[in-house]
Amino acid sequence: MAYSDKVLDHYENPRNVGRLDDADANVGTGMVGAPACGDVMRLQIKVDGDGVIEDAKFKTYGCGSAIASSSLLTEWVKGRSLDDATQIRNKDIADELGLPPVKIHCSVLAEDAIKAAIADVRKKRGNTEE
Amino acid sequence: MQLPIYLDYAATTPVDPRVAKAMAECLTIESNFGNPASRSHQFGWKAEEAVEDARRNVADLINADPREIVWTSGATEADNLAIKGAAHFYHRKGKHIVTSKIEHKAVLDSCRQLEREGYEVTYLDPDSNGLISPETVEKALRPDTILVSLMHVNNEIGVVNDIEAIGEVTRRNKVVFHVDAAQSAGKLDIDLEKMQVDLMALTAHKLYGPKGIGALYVRRKPRVRIEPQIHGGGHERGMRSGTLATHQIVGMGEAYRIAREEMREEARRTLALREKLLRGLEDVEEVYVNGDLTHRVPGNLNISFNFVEGESLMMALRELALSSGSACTSASLEPSYVLRALGRNDELAHSSLRISIGRFTTGEDIDYAIERIRYAVAKLRELSPLWDMYKDGVDLDQVQWAAH
Repeated sequence: MAYSDKVLDHYENPRNVGRLDDADANVGTGMVGAPACGDVMRLQIKVDGDGVIEDAKFKTYGCGSAIASSSLLTEWVKGRSLDDATQIRNKDIADELGLPPVKIHCSVLAEDAIKAAIADVRKKRGNTEE
Repeated sequence: MQLPIYLDYAATTPVDPRVAKAMAECLTIESNFGNPASRSHQFGWKAEEAVEDARRNVADLINADPREIVWTSGATEADNLAIKGAAHFYHRKGKHIVTSKIEHKAVLDSCRQLEREGYEVTYLDPDSNGLISPETVEKALRPDTILVSLMHVNNEIGVVNDIEAIGEVTRRNKVVFHVDAAQSAGKLDIDLEKMQVDLMALTAHKLYGPKGIGALYVRRKPRVRIEPQIHGGGHERGMRSGTLATHQIVGMGEAYRIAREEMREEARRTLALREKLLRGLEDVEEVYVNGDLTHRVPGNLNISFNFVEGESLMMALRELALSSGSACTSASLEPSYVLRALGRNDELAHSSLRISIGRFTTGEDIDYAIERIRYAVAKLRELSPLWDMYKDGVDLDQVQWAAH
């Protein structure tokens, strides 16, 4: 299968690989997918006092398109508010990376991951804001 | 060293230059272009002679009689002809067939077709090493069993079934025994005087012959009957009609002649390369060899690197041409059915590489492959949340995954 230059770039030089301290109340973790399906994404965000995502990290077990989708997502969410970040759609990711139809599920997984991370941090921060 | 390095000899092999030369002599007006079925002139006679020489070379490699060789378009057609042909001929005797879960699709899909026609098929489970024992076969036999179809060597994991022992079981029970030998001919000794095999599918392109040509061995003593699947002209004693492709057949014959002369030396050489490869990889953490290592063709290594997904691994190994058991490239998301049947979990099946070594592989190629694979596995584990969890002591089987 031929990969787009953007997928190759993110695969060769993934952005924001790593993990954030899950014990931190300002860190939200979204872990989606399953090993049995060949894809697991862990996306973490750290939110500042104004509800803006100041840092994002990921690790992904999966094909090159899954790695690229999560890498791209970490770039996109940094500096955005939580509300703004919930607006990211899988189609935006798939279009940006030029994913073929069989790889659309990778972008769906990335959207699920950011939604899960946002829900997690909102839950942890409780009713202290928003 | 030329990149990319070809390490996918189980998929297909390049044509040996000696084979290509023999084939080129059967095409143009100056050469042997005639129709082997033309009985009225020397163009036909000469072509027929070349075809019969090739038939003898193919028969010699497996210690058979040339009259037992039926040309087909490849092993897939040979499997179809054997399975459907025998089932259709013997249907009055019974409608039960025995095969295994890890056969090639040519066998499995032929069996599925027979199920649609009202036959019943038992799919045997291999043991965790990928082998089917004679006892397992015997237990599956019923009074209405007419055919057992098993592969000699598995295409993904390279393990070798004990065909001689299974043949004793089928013969004793008067059941026709078909063997798919696409991955074994030219790599292992096959002696059909000793092995009680009734039908055997062969191909050319896995042993340095051309694609598009194969053969079905059909035993004469005791005689085995099959219904033809392609009609018209009655070529190949009525079992497979169609003008014989002289150049393809001559190519297969030359490839089999070379194999007979060189296979022992080649097996020694490829085995040494595989052992070198395995030595270079076996100390990587969480590495699993899939399939029995003792009963295995020399050139095959199938290996899983836990917590690394196969397709991304292949992407990191673009300088190496090899296969993965991960089916992420297909829409199904189902990993290798062969590895699943061995009881490997989905992660390990998704994390597998099949590396197959052959005639033109060098020691330098293997050194390079080892270095690239080690680097890629380390890099991808840095990216893998599963590797993190494993390192943190999390039992991945206990995690509630959000399956998609």
